[in-house]
Amino acid sequence: MALAGITFLLGACSGGAEPASGNESASTPSKGGQEAVQDDESQKDVVKVAVGSADHTTLVAALKQAELVTALANAGPFTVFAPTNDAFGKVDKATLDALMTDEKKADLQNILQYHVTTSALKTEWLRDGQSLGMVNGDNLKISIKNGKIWLNDAAQIIATVPASNGIVHVIDGVLLPPAK
Amino acid sequence: MSHKLLTLLALFAAGTVALTGCKPKNAGNAVSGNAAEKAYVAPGEYDEYYNFVSGGFSGQMAVYGLPSGRLLRVIPVFSVDPEKGYGYSEETKAMLNTSHGFVPWDDLHHPEMSQTNGEIDGRWVFGNANNTPRVARIDLTTFRTAEIIELPNSGGNHSSPFATENTEYVVAGTRFSVPSVGSGGDVPINTYKQNFKGYISFISVGQEGEMDIAFQLECPGVNFDLARAGKDKSHGWFFFSCYNTEQANTLLEVNASQRDKDFIMAVNWKKAEEYIKQGLGKKVPAKYAHNKYDENSHTATSEIKNEVLILDTKELKDICYFIPCPKSPHGCDVDPTGNYIVGSGKLAAIIPVFSFDKLQQAIANKDFDGEYEGIPVVKYESALHGEVQKPGLGPLHTEFDANGNAYTSFFVSSEVVKWNVQSLQVLDRVPTYYSVGHLCVPGGNTRKPSGKYVIAYNKITKDRYLPTGPELTQSAQIYDISGDKMQLILDFPTIGEPHYAQAAPAELIRERSKKFYKIEENSHPQVAKGEAEAKVVREGNEVHVYMTSIRSHFSPDNIEGVKMGDVVYFHVTNLEQDWDVPHGFAVKGAQNAELLIMPGETQTLKWVPDRVGVFPMYCTDFCSALHQEMQGYIRVSPAGSNVPLTFSLGTNTGDPATGQ
Repeated sequence: MALAGITFLLGACSGGAEPASGNESASTPSKGGQEAVQDDESQKDVVKVAVGSADHTTLVAALKQAELVTALANAGPFTVFAPTNDAFGKVDKATLDALMTDEKKADLQNILQYHVTTSALKTEWLRDGQSLGMVNGDNLKISIKNGKIWLNDAAQIIATVPASNGIVHVIDGVLLPPAK
Repeated sequence: MSHKLLTLLALFAAGTVALTGCKPKNAGNAVSGNAAEKAYVAPGEYDEYYNFVSGGFSGQMAVYGLPSGRLLRVIPVFSVDPEKGYGYSEETKAMLNTSHGFVPWDDLHHPEMSQTNGEIDGRWVFGNANNTPRVARIDLTTFRTAEIIELPNSGGNHSSPFATENTEYVVAGTRFSVPSVGSGGDVPINTYKQNFKGYISFISVGQEGEMDIAFQLECPGVNFDLARAGKDKSHGWFFFSCYNTEQANTLLEVNASQRDKDFIMAVNWKKAEEYIKQGLGKKVPAKYAHNKYDENSHTATSEIKNEVLILDTKELKDICYFIPCPKSPHGCDVDPTGNYIVGSGKLAAIIPVFSFDKLQQAIANKDFDGEYEGIPVVKYESALHGEVQKPGLGPLHTEFDANGNAYTSFFVSSEVVKWNVQSLQVLDRVPTYYSVGHLCVPGGNTRKPSGKYVIAYNKITKDRYLPTGPELTQSAQIYDISGDKMQLILDFPTIGEPHYAQAAPAELIRERSKKFYKIEENSHPQVAKGEAEAKVVREGNEVHVYMTSIRSHFSPDNIEGVKMGDVVYFHVTNLEQDWDVPHGFAVKGAQNAELLIMPGETQTLKWVPDRVGVFPMYCTDFCSALHQEMQGYIRVSPAGSNVPLTFSLGTNTGDPATGQ
């Protein structure tokens, strides 16, 4: 039920979710979504973790294009599998460019939502053969080989960063939802 | 809202007034065209002012935004609050300790904001407990009660907690005079005149806010009602309204209204300080509690103190002077210049305004009309600046604007009257709905009032809101006072009973508002600073659960091995370090309350199992999408059972294949 609710939320973002400029006072009401609330004291949420990473500029651009920033600044809890820029580099450039157009926004949302699940999953809670229900509605398969955690045998977790509203697992490949 | 609709509303309001016909004159413009616009704060916008409103018999203080009248928070102060676990968690119980033991309720009448140089500084707001006399200090970075001090030799702490212009002191004058310290206490009630005295406490306030009773003044046995500190030129003086100078101990309704004039008592507290330096105060035994909340250990401590310093104002001359003031004065208010003192006699037909300069002159000239109980009575005319003639019926309380005007509430005639302090001329009057008590102008008690709004706090709201059975909501009404004429712009309901209230510009407070408690600064003895520190420890028949909460689970969430006869303490640490992410904690059958734990904080719920079984526990604050998953079980076995004490998170699956 909660998962369905979040799926809806992630899919139903309103436009105009650009973060506010940084020089607003901490207590000035934000005119954007929760991501625009100026707060330099709290632990960073999953979006701010990604924004703060030089290795995730492509992911952040894609999250903005897919209008997922507001949803991911929500209370969570989220697990975000965050492909690095190098991971995106493995995707055919023409395909990636196409996904970044407004016409393909739904496809981009589908792919990015396949990188998010609603619970804060620590690596020690992931088990070989486990299936995770992702936000886009598809499942992701976890496997553990030689102590390494693999996702759909397509990417592995190379680093983990805790966030206020969940956890970010950095991965070395882009996950593609199963063909329908 | 369209202009047409507003016009219709205004017409409707006017029509209603015409039909009922018995409301005060001038009610026709009670709601005029642009009122809604003036009170409207658009969604997503902040209010201009914080309004701290007494909760009266709720014992709490409410925080509203102005001009919208939106309720932002109810701060538990003198009454338990199961919603926040206040007075129920092991850590907060000591806040409500008194010399009488744990007192779960009181009656809060007057918020008073701390001042620096006669201006609101936004650090603290004080509140008084009327029934079991106490003063509380609320920290405005956390909006929590940080400290409570009890007042010995006091009964009905009404003349309280008013502050001097640098918050050197907050005062607490007793409403009920009490058997004198020397009388032993067990005296016939009808020996009031011989045996009763009125005590006024001067509570010193340290740089960090810490309160201490610096001294008490022993004064004649009368009722002290309200008070104000002098300011600017009158800094160093304090003024207290006194009634029941008849010294009645029964049927005060009749017997305390006999004299034409009661008093305003002027107190030279700098003189009192001199006497103390000379060693002329007397330390006497007393018993009172002093409770403090520590933000790092997240725990309150209560200390019982045993002594108080008393100055006898009959023997130590030049501390107190009485100024005659007609008919049971309630309000006793000092204007922004510090020169004018306004007495509001509840039963008086005029409002006397006294002059500090003239008072000083009269004292210097010994222009006295004899003494009352050994205290000089200054001649009325000698201290009088003038009288406001026929201002209304039942004057109660006065606040001031920045332009030399005063606003006085009239309980009997249900109106606010604006008048000029210099000329004493009435400038405007507006009805209230109904039976107004106190007024509030933001900063209206200070050297720097705002000229924007006056808010009236009403006791009666018959026909103003949808009825809710025998008891109706009480209310606030906000008026725009920026023009020559006052304009009602909004009604809003209030919690409990609003007595006095104060308001401060939002920017003084909002920038300093705390977002969360730093977990590394948490010094609670049972803190678990991470899930690795979560544990369950048996100490005899006490079971201590060191529990953590984070989106979206508790650790541990399965506990077994508790037995009948055990007492369980859940010490729950909220590991979040994120603004506005409290977690709650509740366990079935708990006879106290929930815990509501702020990020970085540890709070403890005591739980005494009353039967064998498995009991659910869960997070009560919708913290996240998986809030409904944030739950656990605790198993209780019979006394003498051999179920071992175990605890876990995620591993107690009973699945033989995984060995867990």
